[in-house]
Amino acid sequence: MKISIASGKGGTGKTTLSTNLSAYLTEKSTVVLADLDVEEPNSGLFIQGKLVNTEDKYKMIPEWKEEACTLCGLCQEVCNFNAVIRLGTQIMVFPQLCHSCYACSELCQSSSLPMISQKIGQISHYKRGKLDFVESRLDVGEEQAVPLISQTIKYIDQHFSQTRFKIFDAPPGTSCPVIEATKDSDFIILVTEPTPFGLHDLKLAVETMRSLNKAFAVVINRYGIGNDEVLEYCQNEKKRLLAKIPNSRRIAELYSRGELVFNQIPEMAQALKDIEDYLLKLSAKVLS
Amino acid sequence: MRIAFTAKGTGWDSPMDPRFGRTAFFLVYDEEKDELIHSDNSAIEGAAHGAGPVAAQKLFELKATVLITGNGPGGNAASILEKTGIKTFVGAGEMNVKQAYEAYKNNELSEFK
Repeated sequence: MKISIASGKGGTGKTTLSTNLSAYLTEKSTVVLADLDVEEPNSGLFIQGKLVNTEDKYKMIPEWKEEACTLCGLCQEVCNFNAVIRLGTQIMVFPQLCHSCYACSELCQSSSLPMISQKIGQISHYKRGKLDFVESRLDVGEEQAVPLISQTIKYIDQHFSQTRFKIFDAPPGTSCPVIEATKDSDFIILVTEPTPFGLHDLKLAVETMRSLNKAFAVVINRYGIGNDEVLEYCQNEKKRLLAKIPNSRRIAELYSRGELVFNQIPEMAQALKDIEDYLLKLSAKVLS
Repeated sequence: MRIAFTAKGTGWDSPMDPRFGRTAFFLVYDEEKDELIHSDNSAIEGAAHGAGPVAAQKLFELKATVLITGNGPGGNAASILEKTGIKTFVGAGEMNVKQAYEAYKNNELSEFK
């Protein structure tokens, strides 16, 4: 069962929940955690294990071959992303804009735009105790997270078909990378904070999950700051509130040292237990 | 010289558009002919990606030799402008087109490199 931990607003505690929940769940279940926030992965700060595998990942882009090109301009016409531009007597390709759709390459009459591979990042697979952890890291300068996220999910599918819980630490926001990191998942946990900003972005995330037709529930982190509007929103909209993690200086201190917190914070362990109970019930349903 | 401006309107008194790729209009002033033409760029609003390269290509087709704009182009567009030899001057985003042209003439704008 795939569970994405997403948020809308950044900095609400996706990684805190992802890492702690994953480690907690290994007591009873097989678990793999994948950090899909490939532009700035940080779960690895909390899960340091033994490296078991690394793989370079690539995307396909067209490369212009001048010799046979008739400069007909069809490549530019069919490109939805303005990644191929005819400039006088030459064709320019902008790899950062290319979405690897192959249209220019396949439709070129003179086969002047063969697709070549370009490295975009790396997947690293670690093992810490019973927990498998897969971190995906986009190369500096690469603009598109989506191709690497989708290849990371493929890696998880290939290596962890029998694993009970596949936890995805998703990127913040509601744009393409978040869609990619949630669209394959059976369940989404939206982490928010009880502030006006948290509520604003929670609503955006809820709308996104609704349009993806996803089952989701909410976790409030840093409960005790801000106001009651998130709580009221969940009640009024009948959103399931899975857990409340209290605002605590002690959690922040542990976090700042790169430590998992549930072993030392009983309220955190309780929140994780509530979430686990729900997920176990849900996974029995999903798997049956 | 054919001097291109990014502008919100089509005349000398139109305010400049500080944006490059998503400017409302390109104006091109042909100094020899003393003629100001314009090209509507509003179709780019529908494009989520690559407004810059397309705009740079348009300037090439308009045979511009100099570009005067506000914030300056991004990396992709800049590589086209460089290839086509179009010199770019920035910092005219708050002026009108006439003022921008005079500022350029008086060497008051900085060249984008």
